[in-house]
Amino acid sequence: MSLLKYESQIREPLVDGNKDYHQVTEDIIRPIEMKPSRLWYIGFYISVALLLFGVYSVYREVTYGIGQWNLNKTIGWGWDITNFVWWVGIGHAGTLISAILLLFRQGWRTGVNRAAEAMTIFAVMCAGQFPIWHMGRVWMAFFVLPYPNSRGPLWVNFNSPLLWDVFAISTYFTVSLLFWYSGLLPDLATVRDRAKTKLRKLLYGVASFGWTGSTKHWQRHESLSLVLAGLSTPLVLSVHTIVSFDFATSIVPGWHTTIFPPYFVAGAIFSGFAMVQTLMIILRKVFGLQDYITLGHIEAMNKVIVLTGSIVGIAYITELFIAWYGQNPYEWYAFKENRANLFSPYGWSYWLMMFCNVVSPQMFWFKKLRRNIAFTFFMSIIVNIGMWYERFVIIVTSTYRDYLPSSWSTYYSPSIWEIGFYLGTFGLFFTCFFLFSKYFPVIAVAEIKAVLKTSGENYKHKMTDIEKADAEKFYIEEVEHAH
Amino acid sequence: MAGGIKKFVVGCFEDEAVLFPAVKNVRRAGYKIHDVYTPFPVHGLDHAMGLRETSLHTAGFIYGITGTTTALTCISWIFTKDWPLNIGGKPHFALPAWIPITFELTVLFAAVGMVLTFCYLCQLSPFVKKHHFHPRATDDLFVMAIECTEKTNEAEVTAFLEKAGAIEINTQHAETGWWIGRYDKVQKLYAETEKGY
Repeated sequence: MSLLKYESQIREPLVDGNKDYHQVTEDIIRPIEMKPSRLWYIGFYISVALLLFGVYSVYREVTYGIGQWNLNKTIGWGWDITNFVWWVGIGHAGTLISAILLLFRQGWRTGVNRAAEAMTIFAVMCAGQFPIWHMGRVWMAFFVLPYPNSRGPLWVNFNSPLLWDVFAISTYFTVSLLFWYSGLLPDLATVRDRAKTKLRKLLYGVASFGWTGSTKHWQRHESLSLVLAGLSTPLVLSVHTIVSFDFATSIVPGWHTTIFPPYFVAGAIFSGFAMVQTLMIILRKVFGLQDYITLGHIEAMNKVIVLTGSIVGIAYITELFIAWYGQNPYEWYAFKENRANLFSPYGWSYWLMMFCNVVSPQMFWFKKLRRNIAFTFFMSIIVNIGMWYERFVIIVTSTYRDYLPSSWSTYYSPSIWEIGFYLGTFGLFFTCFFLFSKYFPVIAVAEIKAVLKTSGENYKHKMTDIEKADAEKFYIEEVEHAH
Repeated sequence: MAGGIKKFVVGCFEDEAVLFPAVKNVRRAGYKIHDVYTPFPVHGLDHAMGLRETSLHTAGFIYGITGTTTALTCISWIFTKDWPLNIGGKPHFALPAWIPITFELTVLFAAVGMVLTFCYLCQLSPFVKKHHFHPRATDDLFVMAIECTEKTNEAEVTAFLEKAGAIEINTQHAETGWWIGRYDKVQKLYAETEKGY
């Protein structure tokens, strides 16, 4: 028994129920070995339908040009870049969970990291669509890459934040994908070794790269995960920092603020965790994974939401204060008239954002609400609506009135093809997520096994019994050993 | 790649608490542990087996600084020598503006390089196949493979493993290397008959 590792009994178990290693494998892998349920098919077909609508919307835009969207003289970014920033923000939670929480040794990450990383990858895929199709002449998209060419060579502008974005997003996507897939290898090998049909053996055999579970390989795998986590941590912060530079390095009133990088990063984590909540609450229910994604996990994520939501709130109030305190008439006009004035054309969106992102997450100070699944689900949607409006407010309210009142635009509302493009990325996201949940282990099986004996409910009970029997002996044998 | 066919005594353990003393005892008795296959990373097992630390992170560092220098040399050559762009009369050598891309390339090179090195060192790739001593090694069993030399007494090793707490013990002839293959077909690097087993 002395090799059982010790974890304080005050901590909630991370794995509920009476589990052993085999049971963990069974619970997590069985759903992907069975035929998907009716609900899965319904959800999948709706997603594919949305995706097809998106494809058609993009087809319209490419064929007839950007004029298919209701962008106008001063609002050049509109819904398109709003959606881009929104999706990139959502794509931050996965890497935060898998990298930063790994470095902080937060055991609860093991239950949610796999699905959250998948969510990150799909969200970044969706985000990438917007700047690419926004180019209009999309067949020229490769011009953003610096390569020796016959046009001079005419190089890209390395001093431009828009180019930094190209590097940041593509690096983020690549590194997240590598991190996710290297973590998947051992679990895919588990699926392969359980496979009954020839096809599954072939496909999972190919996908698992011939993983055996050798101790040396695990040692290298651990080292790889740790270094990738160390690299991803500044990476995830840099990505949204650079996205915020797209705005902050300009001189547009409302964008020209030094507070943007930390404020964007906090907002990204905030919206990312909300999306993780939305997905996890559905996932644990549909696949019966309540023992692995426990109320404790949901509460932990709600704590992150209330923290980052409050940081975002402070940022909103700070930029409002600085706009007044700075006494720049244009800056102050953008904040006072374009945003905070409820009766200005877009005033409603500013206050909607304030309510969704600053006021409503404060409910999570109450433990009862943090542990209430229905309320959490509802809040996760509210937060994501709020975070979408944050980007909408930043982009539209700063650009619909510029320095020349004659070019002040009429009320901007998106065309059907702009909306269709946005819905299409939902289709892409959920199509990918449905396929992922059908064909990949949605929880990191090996990582759950590694924490099972410290944080599994039945093992914790066992430890409690030993502790009760002889506290002094327990301390010498178990606690000392564990440290 | 090819290590030839060798003979192994394979012991399967159910609990890592039993495995650790077993590894210690097997090594003390002078048997050669070929490898231990576990369903998850068992901390300290590499030390118990006497494996040396991996230097993968050092490789990662080297890839990282390669990325840093690549970014800095390329951008400064392009913007000061090859095609100096006049951007509002600002200096051509605009180092602060290049920090984001330099950082991104550092991370990109380090991550891609490390993953490729990891796959190379562990011989991981699609269509690579290896001998698996027990299908449950990726599920719930800790599988220890002890290599038999000419001097090894097989019965003795088996008895030893049994005493150490193995729940399943058998003898296998196995190929030690990897080969190109598919998991839906029975394939081997060498035919079993080739060496006359």
